[in-house]
Amino acid sequence: MQSSSQSSSKSMKNTLFLLWQALFGDPVRAFGVVSLLLLVLLAVAPAKNHFSEWRHYQKQYLALIGNRGDAVTLLRHFHEHDGIQQIWLPQLGVVDRCTTCHVGLKEASLADVSIQPFRRHPVIPHTLDQFGCVMCHRGQGPATTVEEAHSSTLAWEQPILPARYVQSSCGQCHRAPLTGTPQLNLGRILLARYGCVHCHTIKLPDGSAIKPTDDPPSLEHIADKTTREWIYAWLKDPQAYAVTATMPNFKLSDTDARDISAFLISNSTPIPGDTAPVAKDQKAPDPTAGASLYGESFCASCHAVQNAAGNVVGGDVGPELTRVGNKVKPEWLRAWLHNPRVYDPGTAMPHYRFTDPQVSLLTAFLGNKTDSDLLANVHLDAATPEQIAHGKFLVTDYGCASCHEVNGIRKPDNFAPELTRIGSKPLTQIIFLPGMTHAIPDYIAAKIRQPRSFGSALKMPQFNLAPPQIDALTTALLSLTDRAHDLPIALTVPAKPVSNYQPAGKAGQLMADLACFSCHAINGRGGDMAPDLTWEGSSVQRRWLQAFLKNPGTLRPALIRRMPRFNLSDSDATELTDYIMAVYQTPAFDRDSMPAGGYPPAQVEQGKQLFYSKYACQACHIVDTKVDKGYVGPTLTQVGSRLNAAWIYHWLKDPQTMRPGTIEPNRNMNDEDARAMAAFLMTQNGPSKQEAKK
Amino acid sequence: MTRHWRTFFVLSLILVSAGCTSKPGPAPTPKPTGFGAALVESSGGKQLGATGMVLADPLVVQVNDEQGTAVAGALVEFSGPAGVRFDPPSGLTDSSGQLSTNVALGGMAGRYQLAAHTSTKAQKSVELKIEEIALGYQQQVGFQLDNKYCARCHNPESTPERVSNYDNLEVKPHPFTEGDALNKMSDADLTAIISHGGPALNKSALMPAYGYTLSKTEIEGLISYIRLVSDPPYHAAGMVYAQK
Repeated sequence: MQSSSQSSSKSMKNTLFLLWQALFGDPVRAFGVVSLLLLVLLAVAPAKNHFSEWRHYQKQYLALIGNRGDAVTLLRHFHEHDGIQQIWLPQLGVVDRCTTCHVGLKEASLADVSIQPFRRHPVIPHTLDQFGCVMCHRGQGPATTVEEAHSSTLAWEQPILPARYVQSSCGQCHRAPLTGTPQLNLGRILLARYGCVHCHTIKLPDGSAIKPTDDPPSLEHIADKTTREWIYAWLKDPQAYAVTATMPNFKLSDTDARDISAFLISNSTPIPGDTAPVAKDQKAPDPTAGASLYGESFCASCHAVQNAAGNVVGGDVGPELTRVGNKVKPEWLRAWLHNPRVYDPGTAMPHYRFTDPQVSLLTAFLGNKTDSDLLANVHLDAATPEQIAHGKFLVTDYGCASCHEVNGIRKPDNFAPELTRIGSKPLTQIIFLPGMTHAIPDYIAAKIRQPRSFGSALKMPQFNLAPPQIDALTTALLSLTDRAHDLPIALTVPAKPVSNYQPAGKAGQLMADLACFSCHAINGRGGDMAPDLTWEGSSVQRRWLQAFLKNPGTLRPALIRRMPRFNLSDSDATELTDYIMAVYQTPAFDRDSMPAGGYPPAQVEQGKQLFYSKYACQACHIVDTKVDKGYVGPTLTQVGSRLNAAWIYHWLKDPQTMRPGTIEPNRNMNDEDARAMAAFLMTQNGPSKQEAKK
Repeated sequence: MTRHWRTFFVLSLILVSAGCTSKPGPAPTPKPTGFGAALVESSGGKQLGATGMVLADPLVVQVNDEQGTAVAGALVEFSGPAGVRFDPPSGLTDSSGQLSTNVALGGMAGRYQLAAHTSTKAQKSVELKIEEIALGYQQQVGFQLDNKYCARCHNPESTPERVSNYDNLEVKPHPFTEGDALNKMSDADLTAIISHGGPALNKSALMPAYGYTLSKTEIEGLISYIRLVSDPPYHAAGMVYAQK
């Protein structure tokens, strides 16, 4: 009984024996065979090298440049760096071999080549030898195959950063906004403006944390301001009330919205004086008068309204007012317009000092801004204690107090994960959705686009963001890398320090009351809608300033955003004028170093010639309303009674030093020209009042 | 022994095939319910965007029939050169006959010729050409500077935020898109006129000198931006290459 397996193993043994005999049968043959094997083995490494991807690309490059007009120069550059190339920057931890295949990066003459890897690098402020490639593009610098350099592999997880997010890499070192990185700048603004940092802590490499700029309203006294029905409609869909609302949608169920609104109303406490009785006997005020008062007070500089065509027109400092009549109670609005600081001491809204009839006009005008559909289907029964208790639970659970002040609920600490190093988060710590590219940018963008797609129980709400805004936010978050935090301090470009400047005394209180900082910046703090006032005292004349504060005139006729009239009393205007003239003085020059008038006519005439011919200032400014038409800079018809002579002289010599960022070009004016021009401008006192009346 | 090999082979086959099937295939194109005769651009063409990034406004196209009324449910497909991404790349028009897509341009600065396609009932293809411009880093810097310093005089269009000064000037400046005039000027000429003002080239003194306000790299950025937006397009005079 012989099994088939036995016979097959026997024949296999036979075959092996014959093979052994054939190869190593006698010593000479064995020596030959072993030598041959050794030779083949030795050839493996050179062959691998010869057939490597990078050689293939270098050969392609040589073929590409071979028939170009400047082939000789290109060839010389190529042969200076033959073989594998490497940029080694020990201080930055950069070992980049990308230039091995990307051979033409530095060749300016390859501008017309669009195939990779041979494109030249577009012009940027840094050179390859300074920073290498992976600092900006990520990927694996030391890799020498296409796959390993660009994609994430088992050993190396950092893939190439898609071009749409490349500005994030600038943000690793540059903390201040750059001209060339609008997307990064926007993303950083959105992080603060959409309140991301209320819930997510983001610490910057300098140790500070990003601060929110959105100032969500306190809900402690909300029952004075609005109704439960409006809160319900708002919670269900904030953008249905105002398309520009930054409040996200929490996708609440009807019962959850009902219970939260019940809790917020019952939890609200009144403030004395934040409502004012509405006179009922008065006949409806003239609606056109209300509209013109709204216009004259330049409410639109801060508040937007959606017009019939669906366009949002107006500023974004304050909330959109398209449907404000649906929201606020008229008695609250009256008190708010009288003095907004009673309800919200920290509001960006100025205290306008409106008269009673003015307040009535505006209340009626704004009260008519309603949308009949908004609250039409909201019917809420009286709240039960159970609903209120459930509402309180929800408010705590969703972290409402991270943004809003709510009576009896403390602001939670670290409500959401910290994002300080989100740009370098290890992929192993991330749960990706099925079908998603396993890369950090895709994860961040998907999280912002649809947070609840990662799980319906997640608390992060749905933000109302357009695709470019999502990309901008992703860019800003991607800049928060380990590298950004570990860079040598000497290599980082710090942001402008945040200023807490606070003017002192009674004038300081007045400036807070008028919310000057909402539009003007002083000593590094404040808005950018209106001119910086840091050196205002050196710039203007006292009499002009006092009159301007009482009744702001038009300096730039083409502007739609202008200084409103606050109806200041004489004593308040004097108080402010005194303070500005005394404190906001530049140390660069003495404001009394040049007289206000009495310049020799010849010098004035010379200044006039320079103004109109050599420097052609009339392109942008108006001195003589009959001839000049320039509308870019302020009108100069009365500049002699507005500005200080020494200021004009120093301004002409170097405008950017006097007010950084001004668009007035520096003309490198010599001393004589600047003096003559100042003399000419100081004679511009405009038509006297009698003349103007004629 | 052989049995082990066979099991291993079957197992790996299953694994490999499982790996293949889990890859998401391309989204199926929807079936059109309507057919139009013409394709028009509603908005979103001729935008300036940064390389690789999504354009600020979506591209909206409309399908009309022979009478010019909007057609709902028509299939529109977008296409463009390599690197351009559309989200969505195709779709059916809505009740107002429109389809909106977000466009991200490719990685190279320059003009991008995009196209939208729809087909008529007779399966004839209708094409609409759309042009967008991608700004690289250098042109981006130029674009920002144009907005700040130049546009008030060189752009005749006014916006609510910025009233144009163009009409107030006795000698009219060239809008930067005016390729017929600007393409004739060399980079050196443009540098001279920006740095030293109009009189440097015997032109209007109303153009002030910016050489003490802008840096050399800023002026280079501005020029590369002007070159990119000029219409007709600018072609640098330079080396003539042997063509294949």
